[in-house]
Amino acid sequence: MKHLLLGDEAIAQGAIDAGLSGVYAYPGTPSTEVTEYIQLKAKHLHCRWAANEKTAMEAALGMSYMGKRALVCMKHVGMNVCADAFMNAAITGVNGGLIVLAADDPSMHSSQNEQDSRFYAKFAMIPCLEPCNQQQAYDMMAYGFDLSEKLRTPILLRVTTRMAHSRAVVNTLDTPRPQNELSMPENVNHFILLPAFAKRNYAELVAAQPTFVAHSEQDGQNVYTRGTFPQKAIVTTGIGYNYLMENYDASMGCSILRITQYPLPAALIGQMVKDGAKEILVIEEGQPVVEELLRGMVPSDIVIKGRLTGDLPRMGELSPDCVRKAIGLDALPVHEPEAIVVGRPPALCQGCGHRDMYTALNEVAREYPNPRIFGDIGCYTLGALSPFHAIHACVEMGASVTMAKGAADAGQHPAIAVIGDSTFTHSGMTGLLDCVNANANVVVLISDNLTTGMTGGQDSAGTGRLEQICTGLGVDPAHVRVVVPLPKNMDEIKNVLREEIDYAGTSVVIARRECIQTLKRHLKAAKKS
Amino acid sequence: MKKDIILAGVGGQGILSIATVIGEAALQEGLYLKQAEVHGMSQRGGDVQSNLRLSSEPIMSDLIPKGGADLIISLEPMEALRYVEYLAPDGWIVTSCVPFLNIPNYPELETVLNRIKAYEHHVLLDVETLAKEAGAPAQAANMVLLGAAIPMLGIEHDKMIDGVKRVFARKGEAVVETNVKAVETGYAFSVR
Repeated sequence: MKHLLLGDEAIAQGAIDAGLSGVYAYPGTPSTEVTEYIQLKAKHLHCRWAANEKTAMEAALGMSYMGKRALVCMKHVGMNVCADAFMNAAITGVNGGLIVLAADDPSMHSSQNEQDSRFYAKFAMIPCLEPCNQQQAYDMMAYGFDLSEKLRTPILLRVTTRMAHSRAVVNTLDTPRPQNELSMPENVNHFILLPAFAKRNYAELVAAQPTFVAHSEQDGQNVYTRGTFPQKAIVTTGIGYNYLMENYDASMGCSILRITQYPLPAALIGQMVKDGAKEILVIEEGQPVVEELLRGMVPSDIVIKGRLTGDLPRMGELSPDCVRKAIGLDALPVHEPEAIVVGRPPALCQGCGHRDMYTALNEVAREYPNPRIFGDIGCYTLGALSPFHAIHACVEMGASVTMAKGAADAGQHPAIAVIGDSTFTHSGMTGLLDCVNANANVVVLISDNLTTGMTGGQDSAGTGRLEQICTGLGVDPAHVRVVVPLPKNMDEIKNVLREEIDYAGTSVVIARRECIQTLKRHLKAAKKS
Repeated sequence: MKKDIILAGVGGQGILSIATVIGEAALQEGLYLKQAEVHGMSQRGGDVQSNLRLSSEPIMSDLIPKGGADLIISLEPMEALRYVEYLAPDGWIVTSCVPFLNIPNYPELETVLNRIKAYEHHVLLDVETLAKEAGAPAQAANMVLLGAAIPMLGIEHDKMIDGVKRVFARKGEAVVETNVKAVETGYAFSVR
């Protein structure tokens, strides 16, 4: 069958058709649509959102332990959250096929860094797949699950924003492969990482490396084509191939190595050198991973060009334009940019509860000589911009709570954390426990819009239970306050904030009002039924 | 046949619905298609664009090269100008003339419109008023814009109307009729 699918959707459909039993994920741009698609098209599979990427990774490993195929999805920075589970899943190995999808965001369209997840695959010493188009993304799910079960290792599937969020026609199977039956691991000790067992597992993983390379060389995912002028060679990874082909003229005669599977195919690179390569241009999306690795793989007199040499930009995603320049072609004639155009940054929606929360917070904070407000990851990070300029830090999921604690420990008052409900249950709860144990003088302001808003309104793990969670962690119930962020409640909100800032201990203020985007959706659905 | 189209607007205006209809018609024609979208943070009232590529031959890049776009379709006049570097020298700009004012430093509208008029191939229209005149709700303004772009799309008018009908079919006969009317209004404006 033919379908018009986003890269993310092709991955999801590929997983469903490859006998998937469950997807585990926390929403994060550009990965969110994989899980949403499975929730829409295959409700019978496990597809409920996880509290964070680590719980997702661990649950998926548990499903794999029982012999079933599992998929974990996250944005690149989610890899940091699940790294403990991910790295050690490489040591345990798998029973049922296990694919970890990391969606990288070079150019930081919706992210705070552009870390390249391929480093994680190399770090964990497991194979990595990086499809070059939507069709290959679909096909690679069946291939990846088979490979995972054959090699008894998790597989990292790495995509980037343009792959995840671009649509193309994908041919899909008519009949999906059935799910695996429940089955215990052959050797349970593989999953018990006592040092004595772990050493054995690690030795096996090290010994398996040549096999991983052989699959990269022989399974057809990496394709080498000798050119008529093989002194010049080009290595592409993932969607870098498309930007090359957009511009490439066959008369250039370069040898081309298209990489979509790692570890690097040493034999194909060797062949490229043997065919006479004197200069190799590396076109890869993300950090210069292959460019650096190649330097240790080919004779030192071969010139390697790429992001490190300035032939391609050191930062940001690739484009057909920068690749065109890198292969020595003149730019197309263009219109001059219009000087009159000004920036239009994103902003909090009109009517959003975060707005009223920030209005109140700003007015109260101004009453103190040197307030510090530690923000977190979500729509409310936009409180850093005009007109609020309300936050003084934003680093990673959950950091608001613990950075406010550290600041309070250092002597800062008031030290205030602003965190969303979903981010709080993702990574804020453990930090709040630290605050409680130290009776840190902080106010944790949970801006609760009952959803994971920034990624489009997915379920939030603690909805309806935030007060119990906070008191359960040990916050004095008298200092767990709830307000409704609306202009008419401004005086009340400000009074509550003042009282809790002046209280010398850990307090939580929950500003609760539904996200207006999900509210609109709910009202529309109610009108229909 | 090869058409590279940049769809532009402000997050929430509905540029992806335009892409959906063009995509539906293109697939029926047996064309290859690639469409890069913007999801995530920028959707909150920021500038958004989508690269839509149609071709009778396989398409490689998901992104349109600078100087390569045959057409910019924009729901907002300044947003149309944001992407002129991507427009081919003989490319078309089809844009709404109604500004979306959610920033304090929006340039003088008359200057913006004059800049658009400086391009030889442009269609400038008030999609909201035209939608109203067609008896369609404000949400159908994007379909008026789509109608105005039909002559430059390389897909026949009737095939595009069929696409609109198929895309909106599940929303009922009345919605189909309103949207077809909106598209026809834009088309009539463009070819008059």
